[in-house]
Amino acid sequence: MVEKAGSQAAQAVADPEIETKAKKIRPEQMVKDPGLDETIKRLTPEQIESVIKRVLTKETAARLRVYLDTCVHCGLCAEACHTYLSRDRDPEYSPVAKVKNTLWEIVKRKGKVDGEFLKNASRIAFTECAVCRRCSMYCPFGIDIAYLLIVVRRILNLLYVVPAYLQDTTNSHAVTMNQMWVQEDEWIDTLQWQEEEARMEMAKARIPLDKEGADIMYSVIAPEPKILAQLINYMAQIMTVAGMDWTMPATDGWDNSNMAMYSGDFETMGRVERQHYETAFRLKVKKIVMGECGHAFRGAAYDGPKWLVWKHPPVPLIHAVEFYYDLLKTGTIKIAKKFPEPTTVQDPCNIVRGKGLGKKLRYVMNALCEDFRDVNPRLEHNYCCMAGGGTINCGPPWTRSRMVSNKVKAEQFKATGAKIIVTPCHNCHSGIEQLVSFYKLGMHVKFISEILVECMEVPQHLKV
Amino acid sequence: MYEFARGPLVWIALLVFAGGCLYRLVWMVRAAKQDKVVIPYMSWKYGLRSLLHWIVPFASRNMRLHPVMTVVTFVFHICLLLTPIFLLAHNVLWQQSWGVSWWSLPSRLADVMTVAVMAGGIFFIGRRLRLPEVRNVTDYSDYLLIAVVLAPFVTGFIASQQWFAYRTMVILHMWTGALMLMAIPFTRLSHMLYFIFTRMYMGSEFGAVRNAKDW
Repeated sequence: MVEKAGSQAAQAVADPEIETKAKKIRPEQMVKDPGLDETIKRLTPEQIESVIKRVLTKETAARLRVYLDTCVHCGLCAEACHTYLSRDRDPEYSPVAKVKNTLWEIVKRKGKVDGEFLKNASRIAFTECAVCRRCSMYCPFGIDIAYLLIVVRRILNLLYVVPAYLQDTTNSHAVTMNQMWVQEDEWIDTLQWQEEEARMEMAKARIPLDKEGADIMYSVIAPEPKILAQLINYMAQIMTVAGMDWTMPATDGWDNSNMAMYSGDFETMGRVERQHYETAFRLKVKKIVMGECGHAFRGAAYDGPKWLVWKHPPVPLIHAVEFYYDLLKTGTIKIAKKFPEPTTVQDPCNIVRGKGLGKKLRYVMNALCEDFRDVNPRLEHNYCCMAGGGTINCGPPWTRSRMVSNKVKAEQFKATGAKIIVTPCHNCHSGIEQLVSFYKLGMHVKFISEILVECMEVPQHLKV
Repeated sequence: MYEFARGPLVWIALLVFAGGCLYRLVWMVRAAKQDKVVIPYMSWKYGLRSLLHWIVPFASRNMRLHPVMTVVTFVFHICLLLTPIFLLAHNVLWQQSWGVSWWSLPSRLADVMTVAVMAGGIFFIGRRLRLPEVRNVTDYSDYLLIAVVLAPFVTGFIASQQWFAYRTMVILHMWTGALMLMAIPFTRLSHMLYFIFTRMYMGSEFGAVRNAKDW
């Protein structure tokens, strides 16, 4: 079933023009997903009502009620949403319509909703909204519409109506404290393997494991050891050239990703974030530097702390973009030869709307690239990749729908005329790779570290 | 009817309005405490910065994307707030009853402002009917709210022009005015109260926590 949906998506790639592509496919029809289809069969009306009542009275307060009472149904948020813009301004895809079809009904019917309703709500909240928070910048009242959709996700999580792939990721967090079922021996083995790889490129490159008292704890998301291990050796080379005193944990807590945050399993989200910070405390580091990932930053910087009732992260948290910016700005790392190909960039929501790193990102891009071509709209107003917010983790059944939901992104990249798209975020990276192949953009997607390693000046004594 | 409207109704309306607003604000603060993150995140600096960008016309991107809506909504809301407060006829009544009065609008200008409110209301109704993304989230209550707001302006305008049935219009004007005041705290018209707080909270979260702009 899952494979069938995947092969349909593969077939659809045949069509060349972006416009006709998105028009030809109507993914609104529900695809099959055991996480929704099977789970709703087991629900009882009493269970649904009591879970909804609990979330609406015990877990939410001012924001939910005031937002619902303040919204005047003006529709001005529509302009913000890439799914609405991509689907030819279909009113059902405006942010407020997504709230109408989920939360308004739930509140109006006082929790007396059925399985079919929840399945529909699950499609909307998990696969058609990436909780990117662009709409809260377009609502005149500043209503945090993404928060309202997260409340819906929370209800669905407590009723187990979560897309199967996303739930599997959350289960992995709960069991292994990382996103991809990586075992401790595999983790350590991967780091040692990547240390060897790094030493082939650079003399004295090391990945210090579990070094107490280092300045920096470097944390990554689990897909790095699992499928993109080379990124770890790139960072080892960067750290070596920069002469940093750094370490990576040998125990749980090395993974900074957090899909539980997006599936609505806040208990697991809290455990993951607490473990990440406790590991930093155990290693007595001065700060955490994290790899190129947006959602992980969001989880560690505010969604996690909010749940744990910490106003700020207890250990300073530096995103890779900020780290590279500092290295380049201070001249700690110099550029030997700029990257020659025309390059554009994706502003990841969670570090640009989430930490205002857009300008620093551009500084890095201009420092690294000879021909940097900016996107429009950009910075805080950039369109989401439609892979973050847990949407890509909903897996193959939903890929086609997500692609159609982000026609504007494909058009935005095409207009730059660039050959390379830089994405300092894993979700953006994977999502945009899919987008490039779906819309036949003929572009390639890279992380900053890939370009930085290629372009940085390596001192003589570190050369192999 | 007139005597009742001129006397007790004014007091009832004002009490319900003021008491209702107070109640909703106290309720909001208590709920905000329960929400844990709201009060600690609130920041005067970033809250006001956001508010400023949303009460100055065209200071936010979305306002620039909808220029007609922006002009209409600002004119509508400004006239809606100022006209009743600075209308000469209202001033005269306050002078008679409570012995207070203040500067009042020239009557021509007040007429223009009243017409602007009515035109704005009609624009909003048209928008609800015409734009698919607005129509999709509109139900009868949205029209009812516009009607509640427009009614005192329509009746007041007809009465002031003395076109017909002056006394009936004045009574209707007083009743609909009272109705609108009393509706503010208990309907979505409460955005008048809450707008400042929702905007300031979002501005605080964007500015103080996320180091980003929200306009």
